[in-house]
Amino acid sequence: MWTFFHKLGSPKWFYDISGKWLPWFAALSAILLIAGSIWALAIAPADYQQGNSFRIIYIHVPSAILAQSCFMMMAIAGAIGLIWKMKLADMFVKAAAPVGASFTFLALLTGAVWGKPTWGTWWVWDARLTSMLILLFLYFGVMALQAAIEDFATAAKASAVLALVGMVNIPIIKYSVEWWNTLHQPATFKLTEKPAMPVEMWVPLLVMLIGFYCFFATVILLRTRNEILERERRTSWVKKLVSEEAVA
Amino acid sequence: MSTLVSETPSLSHVFSTVLKRDLTLAYRRRQDLVNPLIFFVIVVSLFPLGVSPEKSFLQEAGAGVVWVAALLATLLSLDGLFRSDYDDGSLEQMILTPQPLFIMVLAKIFAHWLVTGVPLLILSPVLGIMMHLEFETIKVLMLTLLLGTPVLSLVGAIGAALTVGLRVGGVLISLLILPLYIPVLIFGTGTVQAAANMLPVDGYIALLGAILALSLTMSPIATAAALRISLSS
Repeated sequence: MWTFFHKLGSPKWFYDISGKWLPWFAALSAILLIAGSIWALAIAPADYQQGNSFRIIYIHVPSAILAQSCFMMMAIAGAIGLIWKMKLADMFVKAAAPVGASFTFLALLTGAVWGKPTWGTWWVWDARLTSMLILLFLYFGVMALQAAIEDFATAAKASAVLALVGMVNIPIIKYSVEWWNTLHQPATFKLTEKPAMPVEMWVPLLVMLIGFYCFFATVILLRTRNEILERERRTSWVKKLVSEEAVA
Repeated sequence: MSTLVSETPSLSHVFSTVLKRDLTLAYRRRQDLVNPLIFFVIVVSLFPLGVSPEKSFLQEAGAGVVWVAALLATLLSLDGLFRSDYDDGSLEQMILTPQPLFIMVLAKIFAHWLVTGVPLLILSPVLGIMMHLEFETIKVLMLTLLLGTPVLSLVGAIGAALTVGLRVGGVLISLLILPLYIPVLIFGTGTVQAAANMLPVDGYIALLGAILALSLTMSPIATAAALRISLSS
């Protein structure tokens, strides 16, 4: 366990190993997302109240869960970067922010599209929606800070602090549906309880969720590898790698 | 002062020295202090002119408008919190002193609150009257601002510290800090609305107090860390 953690300190090691992981994650996410989408859209039964419009949760719930867990991962990576000065954690923060922002936006967008036929409105200012909007702004803040500071190390540390401060928002989003009486329904998935939905409905959702995580891993690996190459461009191994690629 | 040279100054001494220095500096640049206040008044007066001067509208929206204006006025003044100290190098000296940085940061934030938050608080009843708020509502509004404006200074200091070394400071601070201001704004205006509807406000006040306690303990540490990062490059 600890040797693995220590090995993460070397961007070269991570570049090599992530190259091996990447096809697996990519293939897995493709299979799961395609299978999950077909299952969710064609095979799962329609809701007795909402008809077919409920099917958007197969995109909405995974992206909302990822939006939050991406921010948490960012904050944890930020803390690791601040404490152990690990370059890879810094790169992860930079790679994750735009991805997390996209998932947050996707969650808000699909929620709005679902809300129009179901609630009769695109948007309500309830606690869950507002706190997700704040999350989107926090992602924008991290991205703006990254862009404003030229020095890699300083930008990483500054955005790590911001991500840690922004963590305050995560429990607020999580419990907003329980603390306040909101229009948004309570969580679809809980670790401790059985979902309130029938099996035929939540199994494809689980498939989609795992598919989304694999997709997230694929994108993050790609972005982080890119970041490694860019920052380590003066090292001999990157020069060698690039010249080999150029020859081949 | 001279008797203290040989021994290490106590924390309270460090705190009061920085506080006195910042207040003196603020007093010497009085116009900089007045500007956010004038901005505060102008923004509030834009709403009756721009939206509706109806008494019913103003009574309903008044507290929110005062809160938003106070928030923006604080935001305007934040850029200067560490900027001049950064430019003349005294911030670097503060970091180099053996005393804990977060005590000095806390003193600076307290000074900032005294020269921006408190004047906003004092001005707010006048604006409350202009917005046709009831006397009782104005009292609650002032109470929420009393608990809320320190939070604005505390949380804003983190953003100011993160952006102190950058050219684009001003706009970036708003981007970083405004999302974090939203909870304070929600509870601040929620309290006043509850009071206007004759509902109990104790719960809201307690939550505002909790937010203040949390930011009072965490923000100086985060700000100190952010200052070290900004100055390390």
